[in-house]
Amino acid sequence: MEIIKPLLQYLAVMLLAPLLLGVINRVKALFAGRCGQPLLQLYFELYKLFMKTPVYSRTTTWVFKAGPVIGVSAMVTALAILPFAGRPSFLAFDGDFIFLIYLLGLARFATVLAALDTGSAFEGMGASREMQFAVFAEPAFFLGLAALARVTGHSSLAAMFGVLTGDLWRTAAPVLALLTASFFIVLLAENSRVPADDPNTHLELTMIHEVMVLDHSGPELAYILYGAALKFWLFGSLIACMVLPRHSGSWALDSGLFILVMFAVAAAVGVVESVIARLRLIKVPYLLITAFAFSALAMIFQMGR
Amino acid sequence: MILSLMVLPLAAGIMAFIIRSDPARRTLLLWTARAHFLLTALIIYVYLHFGFVFSGEPAAAVWFDYDPLGLLFIGITSLLFLGASQYAVTYLAAEKRDPGEDADDGFIFNNAPEAVFTGCLLLFLSAMTAVTASRHMGLLWASVEATTLLSAPLIYFHRHKRSLEATWKYLLICSVGIALALMGNLFLGAAGLKTGAGLDLAGLLSNSGALDKPLLKAAFLFLFVGYGTKMGLSPFHTWLPDAHSEAPAVVSALLSGALLNCAFLGILRVNAVCSSAGLADFTGGILILFGLFSIVTAALFMLGQRDYKRLLAYSSIEHMGILALGIGLGGGAVFGAMLGALSHSLTKAGLFFTSGVVLAAEKTKRIADVRGLWRRAPRTAVLWLAGFFLITGTPPSGIFLAKFIILKEAVALKHYWLAGSYLLFLAILFAGMASVFISMTFGEHEAKPGEKPFAEPSGMLVPAAVFFACVIFAGLYIPGWLAGLLQGAAANISGKL
Amino acid sequence: MHTFAELIIVLVILLDLALAVTGALSTCIRLVALQGVVAGLLPLLAGAGAPHTRAVLFAVVIITLKGAVFPRLLMRARDKSGARKDVEPLISYPASILLCLGAFIASSWLGSRLPLPQAEVAWIVPASLATIFTGFLLITTRSKAITQVLGYLVIENGIYIFGLALFVEQPMMVELAILLDVFVAVFVMGIAIFHISREFDHIDTAELSELNDWRRGEYGK
Repeated sequence: MEIIKPLLQYLAVMLLAPLLLGVINRVKALFAGRCGQPLLQLYFELYKLFMKTPVYSRTTTWVFKAGPVIGVSAMVTALAILPFAGRPSFLAFDGDFIFLIYLLGLARFATVLAALDTGSAFEGMGASREMQFAVFAEPAFFLGLAALARVTGHSSLAAMFGVLTGDLWRTAAPVLALLTASFFIVLLAENSRVPADDPNTHLELTMIHEVMVLDHSGPELAYILYGAALKFWLFGSLIACMVLPRHSGSWALDSGLFILVMFAVAAAVGVVESVIARLRLIKVPYLLITAFAFSALAMIFQMGR
Repeated sequence: MILSLMVLPLAAGIMAFIIRSDPARRTLLLWTARAHFLLTALIIYVYLHFGFVFSGEPAAAVWFDYDPLGLLFIGITSLLFLGASQYAVTYLAAEKRDPGEDADDGFIFNNAPEAVFTGCLLLFLSAMTAVTASRHMGLLWASVEATTLLSAPLIYFHRHKRSLEATWKYLLICSVGIALALMGNLFLGAAGLKTGAGLDLAGLLSNSGALDKPLLKAAFLFLFVGYGTKMGLSPFHTWLPDAHSEAPAVVSALLSGALLNCAFLGILRVNAVCSSAGLADFTGGILILFGLFSIVTAALFMLGQRDYKRLLAYSSIEHMGILALGIGLGGGAVFGAMLGALSHSLTKAGLFFTSGVVLAAEKTKRIADVRGLWRRAPRTAVLWLAGFFLITGTPPSGIFLAKFIILKEAVALKHYWLAGSYLLFLAILFAGMASVFISMTFGEHEAKPGEKPFAEPSGMLVPAAVFFACVIFAGLYIPGWLAGLLQGAAANISGKL
Repeated sequence: MHTFAELIIVLVILLDLALAVTGALSTCIRLVALQGVVAGLLPLLAGAGAPHTRAVLFAVVIITLKGAVFPRLLMRARDKSGARKDVEPLISYPASILLCLGAFIASSWLGSRLPLPQAEVAWIVPASLATIFTGFLLITTRSKAITQVLGYLVIENGIYIFGLALFVEQPMMVELAILLDVFVAVFVMGIAIFHISREFDHIDTAELSELNDWRRGEYGK
């Protein structure tokens, strides 16, 4: 029995991830007073892109083709570690949160290399911005996960979130609240959401993530879009697992609740995107340093406990 | 009776704000100072003959009471204020007739209202009296903070940019320092928590064996830094030169002669607690270190100084360093330090009074612009030179005696390097001051255009002359009652009740 | 009660961080006021059992003073002096926040070394020391006179919180004397700021540097 449930969970994640981005867009449209895109828009786009043939520039090499593939593979693997509704996925092991961070790093590396491979000035600019913000975002994320490991006393993500119940919140509320805030800021930065980056901008000079993927087309673009959806699910599920004082014992109830909270997280991101304006580029590192400060504070609190 | 010592200047100060006529206000200042001095002399006499002071209000005795240390300092303060009031009356009258103009920028001084000045002066005396009489460390703290706040308007008497800058620095640095002293008070209270000692001196001294040592050390450090800022020890002295050079001479005299002593009293009280708890080596080491550092700083900054009032301020820093050094060495040096405190206050006040007259005569604070003082104002020049010899410790000055006793103790304790560097920097200070004072007094006086002959105001010179005479007298012969008072103060510092 | 007090201490530390990075003067004044109110509430929550009427009265006095009177005084000083609205820090945002974090780590270490009478709410000591350090940071790295007064108020807040850690019961008279001193200090500083603005046409204390020992040129003092 232990293989069917995790497999079902995994398939659910694979299928539901693009729906989250649809939820975000719908919430933004609601704030703007328009009808907005259909919730399933990303599915239609993926289907459309798979039907097309890719077009390659003559300056690119195999790196350009490999970039999106490596990126989406890393995401798919990362999701195999991620706990679902506090229950372990089928690849959980001790220290897997470090593996997770390195998978994210690998995906970022592949994307950046593919962007530099095109030889275009815009992609190069996007690559440099991406790495500059990664310098601040990754320590914040890493320190946050390390603090979480200390609070819960386990080093496997599944075990960590398994221990995270209402009781732990009652005793370690400040630490967990700070970590949630820190993870939320990292989610906004890593998934190129306002206030770090505007996903709807069409001006290349203001883009950070989208400009790196300007030259991709066809199935590769589909991989990239799907990978972005999976990445959003990854960060969102971390926050949902922290916020959800789970464990009623029933698998169906927990999973249903978890998926609802995921949609709530997506809606929250949509609200944030509609309410706040995008920050100036030099202020984005300040935002990430704030996330780092939160993670560091949580770590210090935990160590002094 | 003790409370009346504080209430008298308080009431007079409040009245000074209300009185409209300037001559009446000046008379109030003069007579309040005289009454305060008489009352202080009476209290000292009663103490010396009966061994204690009638407080009359036994409940208040836990807050305010006098021991020899407090009596010594209130005696100095009251005597100083007596002379200062005499000087101030003449000074205010002169300032009202002709506010004078700034030597370099040429603008005419815009002075603060006399009511503010006189009122704050009297309230300042009240606050200083409260500091010397406090038997509770928390009350001592509040009184020292009150002196900071009340003396700030006094520094800002001549209202212009530089005095405002000096006032702001003084206010901020001293307030932050006093806030650190509050931390020290908290640590002190925590040290005595198990014994229920509280913050009153009697409780702390009697339970000193049971006080928590690490917390007591932390308390001493914070109180030292906090009150040391107010006292002018290096490296917390940065407000002192500015405040002294921009304030009117009478205010500088009071700050140097009385306020620094009151801040020193805070350190002495906590030193008493630490000594009786057995931490005398720890506190002694810190006092010696910062005392020596202050002497070195004063010596280095005094060379090449261009403003004579700033020079006097650095001399104050040097003497505060010497006092700290004396207390740190312990033993016989404490008597020397107490004698030094008395002599320094009187001499420095006299010097500042004389510098005020020099400023009135030459209208400039720059050393380079003052030459041939003995032609322009002979009596002032005599006092100026006499003051220089007294402050640098030429016999028969009381300061010479104090410095010598401290040196003797240092050698007796085999601190040869300490004694050697002490002598070296004192020599440097003497050389620096000598060149300045002699060049100012002698030489040819070039008359500036439109300069009238200078009428030396005796009201401003007599207090200085009297103070110098007292210091010379103390250097030659210390009367029995004074020696008894100084010995009692030394005993208080080492921790006896 | 216990975790509530802990949450308040976390709030104090977050307020320190926010103070270190705020760019707007009015926000700074309000944050200091909020910190004063939070510090005033702390003794009611950190003690065991129900608080005495004396403690409640005192807390009310402190909250009124720090939450209402001081901000009004400072806002008036700011308006009368016509200061510009931003804080003009001398060091950058990342440097401020990292210094604050470093101070917090250092004060945690110091707090563990200090032998304290009660070990219940152990986070009070690092929080108070970090607050005192933030006050010093505000005084030294901001160039406006009002922010220096704010730094002094933050130092006083930190010392007050520290007193709670030591659970030192001061007599009412001394507590009142301390409060009176702080009030008069802020009042006098407000007046001084007004004079500074009138004399200099600005309240930038970085410009107050004429008094100097070794300055070359015309006016060498």
